[in-house]
Amino acid sequence: MTSFTEEAKRYVKVLAGAVLVLSVTQTFAEENPLDPFEGFNRTMYSVNDALDKVAIKPVAKAYDFVTPLPVKAGVGNFFGNTGDLWIGVNSAMQGKFSDAGSDIVRLLINSTVGIFGLFDVASELGFEKHDEDLGQTLAVWGAPSGPYFFWPFIGPRTLRDTAGWVGDSYVDPVWSALTRSIAVRNSLVALRFVDIRASLLPADKIVDEAALDKYAYIRDAYQQRRRNQIYDGRPPRLED
Amino acid sequence: MKQLLAFFFAGFVTAAAFAQEAPDALVMKITEEVLEIVRKDKDIQSGNTRKAIELVDAKVLPYFNFQHMTALAVGKDWRKASTQQQQQLSAEFKTLLVRTYSNALTGYKNQKVVFKPFKMNPGEIDVLVRTEVQQPGSKAVQLDYSLEKLDSGWKVYDVTIAGISLVTNYRDQFAQEIRNGGMDGLIQSVAAKNKSLESNLAKAEK
Repeated sequence: MTSFTEEAKRYVKVLAGAVLVLSVTQTFAEENPLDPFEGFNRTMYSVNDALDKVAIKPVAKAYDFVTPLPVKAGVGNFFGNTGDLWIGVNSAMQGKFSDAGSDIVRLLINSTVGIFGLFDVASELGFEKHDEDLGQTLAVWGAPSGPYFFWPFIGPRTLRDTAGWVGDSYVDPVWSALTRSIAVRNSLVALRFVDIRASLLPADKIVDEAALDKYAYIRDAYQQRRRNQIYDGRPPRLED
Repeated sequence: MKQLLAFFFAGFVTAAAFAQEAPDALVMKITEEVLEIVRKDKDIQSGNTRKAIELVDAKVLPYFNFQHMTALAVGKDWRKASTQQQQQLSAEFKTLLVRTYSNALTGYKNQKVVFKPFKMNPGEIDVLVRTEVQQPGSKAVQLDYSLEKLDSGWKVYDVTIAGISLVTNYRDQFAQEIRNGGMDGLIQSVAAKNKSLESNLAKAEK
C-alpha cells in the first residue's frame, strides 16, 4: 500500500520525465508562447479523449440517466461541503477574510443542519458558495502561470495550476482525513469524478459543434475561465 | 386641445424612450421572451436544434452586432481583410455562433436566470450586463453580455459563459487558420464547419 503522497510524487516525477523527453523530441513547431509543449499536449489530449469516449463518458451518461435530480443534488452538495474548509483557507490566504469566515460558517451549517453536507442550507441562508483553490491563491500571490499542460486523467492545467492541484489533492478530505478505509475512499473519489464528468455533459455537444480545433478551444477556454476565477468573476478587460 | 397635444407628446416621448431602452432592460426582455417560448416548447427541450435556431434567428439576432463580434474574434488581422472578406466571414461566423447558442437552449431544463444589480453612468456607450443561470443541484453559471450603444439602439457584441467569451475564445483558432491559408482560408474553414454541422443535422432529422 502506498500513501497518497508517494503516489503523487511518483506521478509528478513520471510526468516531468515525459515532458522533458517529449519536449526534446517534439516535431510540432509552435508559435503560441503560452503552449510551448503543444506536441506533447495534443498527444495527451487524444489519449484522454479516447479514454473518455470508451470508458468515462459512458459511465457519466449512465449515472446522469439513472440518478434522480435530488440524489444528484445531494452528491454535488456533499462534495461541495467537503471542499469548503480548504476554500476558506484559500480565501484567507488571499486576504479575503470575510469570505473565509463565511466559508467556515457554511461548513458548520451544512455539516450539521444540512446533514453531512447533503443539503446546501447555507446558500439558502445567503452564505454564498465561493470558488477558490491553491492555484488561484498562487496567482494572487504573483506566481506566473507558466506553460500550459494537458495531463493524462487530470486534463488541462498550467504549471501554476498543476502545483496548486498537488497541494489541493494533498489536503483533500476525501483523499485523506475523512476515510480510513481504502475501499470507501476509492468509491468516493470515483463517485466525485463521475459526478463532475456528468455535470460537463451538456458542454460536450457545444464544444464539439463550436470548435474549429477542439484542442485549442479547450485550451483557450481553460485559460479564460481560470482568469475569471482568479479575479472572482470580474476580470479586468484585456486590450484587443 | 392642449390636453390632447400633451397626450400625444407624452406618447412620443415614451416611444422614443422605448427605442433607447436601457441595456439591462433589453437583455432582460429578450431573456424572458426566449425562455417563455422554450418553456412551452417540448420540441426544443427534447433537442430540436432546427426549431431553436429559428427562435434565436427571430428573437435574439436583431440585438446582436455580428460584424463587431467577428472583428473581436479575429483581432488585429481584421483590419487587413477586405470589406468583402469581412462580410463573408461575419456571415459564416454568425451561422456558427447561432448554432452554438441554439444548442445551449436545447439543454434547457428548469434553469432560472437571475439579473445582477446593474449600474450605468449617464453617457456610457459600452456596458456589461451580468446575469447568473441557476439550476437546482448545480453551481450557478455566470452569464454576461457586453453591449454597445449604436444609432439603432443597444447591441450585444460579446457573450461570456463562466468567464469564457464565446467570441474571443476563437482568437487563436482563427489566427492559426489565417497563418495557414490567409483570410480566405479562414472563411473556407468556418464555412466547411457550418456545412458539416448542417449535414449532420439533416441526417439526424431523417
